[in-house]
Amino acid sequence: MDFTQSDTAVQFANEVHALVTQVFTDERRQRAHDTGTMHDWELHRAMADKGWIRQALPEALGGGGRGPEELALLFRELELAGAPYDGLSICTMVASVIAHVGNDMQRRDILPKLLAGEALIALGYSEPDSGSDVAAARTRAVRDGDGWRIDGQKIFTSLAEESEWVFLLTRTDPDVPKHQGLTFFLVPTSAPGFELQPIRTLSGKRTNTTFYDGVVVDDEWRIGEVNGGWQVMLVALSFERGVAGGVRDAERLLTVAEAHARDSVDDDGHPLLDDPDRRDALVRLAIDCEVTDLLANRAAWVAASGRLPGVEGAATKLFATEALQRAADRLLDAAGPAGLVQSHDVSALSAFYEYCYRFAPVTTIYGGTSEIQRNLIAQRGLGLPRAR
Amino acid sequence: MDLDPSVEQRAIVDVFGALADRFAPLDRLREREPGGFSPELWEQLVAMGAPGMGVPESAGGAGASMLDLALAVEALGRRLAPAPLVEHAVAARMLAVTSDDVPAAIVDGADIATVALRPARDGVARLVPAGAVAAHVVALDGEELVLVTSEPGALIENLASSPLADRALGDGDRRVLATGARARAAHAHAVDEWRVLTAAALVGLGLGALAIGVRYVTEREQFGVPIGSFQSLQHGLADVAVALDGAQLLARKAAWAFDGDHPDAAQLAGMAFLFAAEQAQRTAARALHYHGGYGFMEEYDIQLFYRRAKGWANVVGEPAREYARLADLRYGECTAAVG
Repeated sequence: MDFTQSDTAVQFANEVHALVTQVFTDERRQRAHDTGTMHDWELHRAMADKGWIRQALPEALGGGGRGPEELALLFRELELAGAPYDGLSICTMVASVIAHVGNDMQRRDILPKLLAGEALIALGYSEPDSGSDVAAARTRAVRDGDGWRIDGQKIFTSLAEESEWVFLLTRTDPDVPKHQGLTFFLVPTSAPGFELQPIRTLSGKRTNTTFYDGVVVDDEWRIGEVNGGWQVMLVALSFERGVAGGVRDAERLLTVAEAHARDSVDDDGHPLLDDPDRRDALVRLAIDCEVTDLLANRAAWVAASGRLPGVEGAATKLFATEALQRAADRLLDAAGPAGLVQSHDVSALSAFYEYCYRFAPVTTIYGGTSEIQRNLIAQRGLGLPRAR
Repeated sequence: MDLDPSVEQRAIVDVFGALADRFAPLDRLREREPGGFSPELWEQLVAMGAPGMGVPESAGGAGASMLDLALAVEALGRRLAPAPLVEHAVAARMLAVTSDDVPAAIVDGADIATVALRPARDGVARLVPAGAVAAHVVALDGEELVLVTSEPGALIENLASSPLADRALGDGDRRVLATGARARAAHAHAVDEWRVLTAAALVGLGLGALAIGVRYVTEREQFGVPIGSFQSLQHGLADVAVALDGAQLLARKAAWAFDGDHPDAAQLAGMAFLFAAEQAQRTAARALHYHGGYGFMEEYDIQLFYRRAKGWANVVGEPAREYARLADLRYGECTAAVG
């Protein structure tokens, strides 16, 4: 048993850190804040130029060069820098799916653009009436000559405004059990009948509703078998568990809160770091961050050992996001009335608590709610019977 | 990074687990209450060389690592084994560092040794873990770190049925091991090692309680179905299972950090201890609750875990003070008195 991170992993983390620091400047951070966009093209292309998107794909699929341990560190560095990484995680995930089950056209025309950082994909899973119950999707795809005609609506189609395609889950057979009548398509956002509407969120970040009104796509835009959508979904999930970000927000909060507490005084001139309540909140968060780090490292290590870190990934996500919410609540309290003040200057550390408090709720919702993670851990990890 | 125990480490887990199962099975633990010590189990531990395993080879021991010790006491903790291996190992390791020789009776375990976790007051070390069974007590008495050899103290009955006793440091044979800053540093290091190993034992306790809870909710039926099929119980158990996974990784990392003299070792010890203590207690309380009224019956084993989860941890001090101590380690002490 050895907790040392490999030299290559540490070296890679340093390389990522250097690139992020160089490209994702304060100016671009401010821009991300002002626009609410969850993507930074300059950073995305810089990472693609380094070959990191290609390297994130499994070796058997023409990628490789970076193991799960390194990928986890790639996302860690991005998260700690507060840099947008959703584009990268979706891109590598869908690229892996295309490399795995895509057809010749998709491998020839789409994959290279994704790997070069020239195009993005948005995930079209959730619908107004199906979130956690994702297999209940009702967006319809019906045969239309040689192609398909798609009608329906998706919600929380984040990054659709920046994307060339939507990786769309549709219903192709409504008369069979729900998991057996699903099919995936890549739908060009330039297709007639596609529309999007922005959704503003509590954190200030933007997402979208997307509409599909008689969108016609050729059969070559289908991914996987007809009615084989759930198998494609499982393939997609297998590429993302545990190493695709979303678990370091608490560590970022700790870093910011410690820096703020070290440098600031309260109304009476006492150093913030002398406040027993704040010290207690900070060390508890520090413990939770250490635990999160270990759980995340374990998931990456399981993946590196050639196994699917299903339960381990769920455990990491659950613990990390619940810890973030505890800390965001407690640190906002510790900041008192001053903590309520908003700032549009991203360098204002004191305003970070207010932002975190608004951002934290989504983390236990997206990417599988805490309840979904607990179901998975209880049934697959602990072997309890199917829930009622 | 490699989170798999080695072949040797797996063997440690298996051997200690099997030993406790055979010589101190859970269903006979009540026979060892309130004293919390099984002479048969200790005899077996002595026979296999466990008391000296963490003592350096130069001092006559087996030179096992903190990580090896952590795995051993986790396996014992899982079964609530009534043997003070944590205290004995910590005391023996401290003696190896502070004195030229470790008495052979301590290395081989013929005599039990322990460490008083809190400094003595008025020459008395109070509520010393294993104080009711140990012949040797290492304690910080004012400016002196002393090894006192005397009759084990009178058992003070307690929540965890631990062999706690007060020890007067003026009685018996008294040897000064170190003085001043050196004494305080050696004692602090020993208590940190105690925190790491107790964290591992508490992780074991938590895992033992979780296993009992999972088994119970799988077998127990209400409303015509196993209660473990209810989502409220599943979620309650999933939360503690995840936290215990984290506590186990953290305790092992802390032990590993001590083996490598990692600069963060002391901080990791504090973190591992506090987190393991909280999660072990939470798990035991939750598993007890899921037993319904049976959980409140003396006859069911889960109450044994519930009591020890607090008892094993709180002998070192109030948790709030442990958190404050950790903050001091991480941020330095407060710069000014805050009113």
